[in-house]
Amino acid sequence: MKLEALRAKLSYQTVLLGSVTLLTSGALALASRTTEADIRAAHERDLQQSLAQVLPGKYDNDLLKDTVMIAGADGEVTVYRARRAGQVEAVVFQTVGHGYAGAITCIMGVTRDGQLLGVRVLSHKETPGLGDKIEPAKSRWIESFSGKSLGDPPVDQWAVKKDGGVFDQFSGATITPRGVVRAVKGGLELFAREKPRMLGEMKGAKT
Amino acid sequence: MSYARIVKDGLWDNNVVFSQMLALCPTLAVTGSATNGLGMGLATTAVLLASNVLISAIRHLVSAEVRIPVYIVLIATLVTLVDMGLNAWAHELYKVLGLFIALIVVNCAILGRAESFASKSPVLESAADGLMMGVGFTAALVAIGGVREILGSGTLFANAHLLLGPHFAFLELTLIPDYRGYLLMILPPGGFLAVGFLLAGKRILDRRRAARAEPEAALPQPAAG
Repeated sequence: MKLEALRAKLSYQTVLLGSVTLLTSGALALASRTTEADIRAAHERDLQQSLAQVLPGKYDNDLLKDTVMIAGADGEVTVYRARRAGQVEAVVFQTVGHGYAGAITCIMGVTRDGQLLGVRVLSHKETPGLGDKIEPAKSRWIESFSGKSLGDPPVDQWAVKKDGGVFDQFSGATITPRGVVRAVKGGLELFAREKPRMLGEMKGAKT
Repeated sequence: MSYARIVKDGLWDNNVVFSQMLALCPTLAVTGSATNGLGMGLATTAVLLASNVLISAIRHLVSAEVRIPVYIVLIATLVTLVDMGLNAWAHELYKVLGLFIALIVVNCAILGRAESFASKSPVLESAADGLMMGVGFTAALVAIGGVREILGSGTLFANAHLLLGPHFAFLELTLIPDYRGYLLMILPPGGFLAVGFLLAGKRILDRRRAARAEPEAALPQPAAG
């Protein structure tokens, strides 16, 4: 058969490999372009939902537009401000912890007094069935942060119980909750350090 | 090859996990619960079906010498397309399955079926093979995940509604109330144990079946007395 003779030729194989790679890259580029906008929209929807989860109550501004960039430990952090009658009542920002399998991205809402409104995990790669109990859908653990602040519990007890702190760990997964607790603690410390800039009250702040 | 044979091969005789002993890495990694096993199984079935059809369709064009890189590029592309498509248009499902999709690329069962079946068979048979191998793989993962979940945390199909939607919440069972859990089964050693015991169980069944079939085959020779 003619095709069989052709298939044995080195030049045919080169062209074949080249065209397969070209076609698949083309398909991927096309798919990437078609899905890009939808993926971004989906992530924005996710972000909005997460913002709402860590910000109970009503605020009268568009959080996604009222932002300020603050220099954190791992680069710039976007801080979303929630206002009521012009005054910033609470801020929401992301904080990153290190879990068992890479970064755990959390989002946290903090009142202007430094009290946690809530914490949610945005993305992680922890072990399904073990470390993923940091997701609210799988466990209520993440709710244990609500109402806490840097003084309550005391700073040295901002750790999982195994490390002498107040937060539960999961059986079989200590590294994951430890990472989240450290991330939240780091976030609160960032808030304490950068409070005037986060609230946009640099000068003339109340003493 | 007959379709009955393809079905039997995929589901039992040549099961990806329990007979070919392929894809053990994703198998051990995700079967901490029956729901996770089901999710991984379904996503793999979709990719297996698509890759078998695609590779069977171009099997006359591909030279034997370069077939492996061609298959790998095609499979990786398919997985990436599924990943992007789900992320964009089925985002809720993606949030549940997303974890598993990247793992499919390293599933050697897919390359295995491309190499040993799809590259030599017509499109329809390859599609049937991909589907049945996928279903067999899914069944194996659900069985392993089920055993580990029941022994490890006393539940079955926990969080199934996240994967299948709220209508399937009835699947979620707590089999052993107030069970404190047996962590070893959820951790990697439990995966090896569950796979090992299930594998042994299948071998025993197969041997019994073979033993039962043999006397029948020997039946024509009349027994003395």
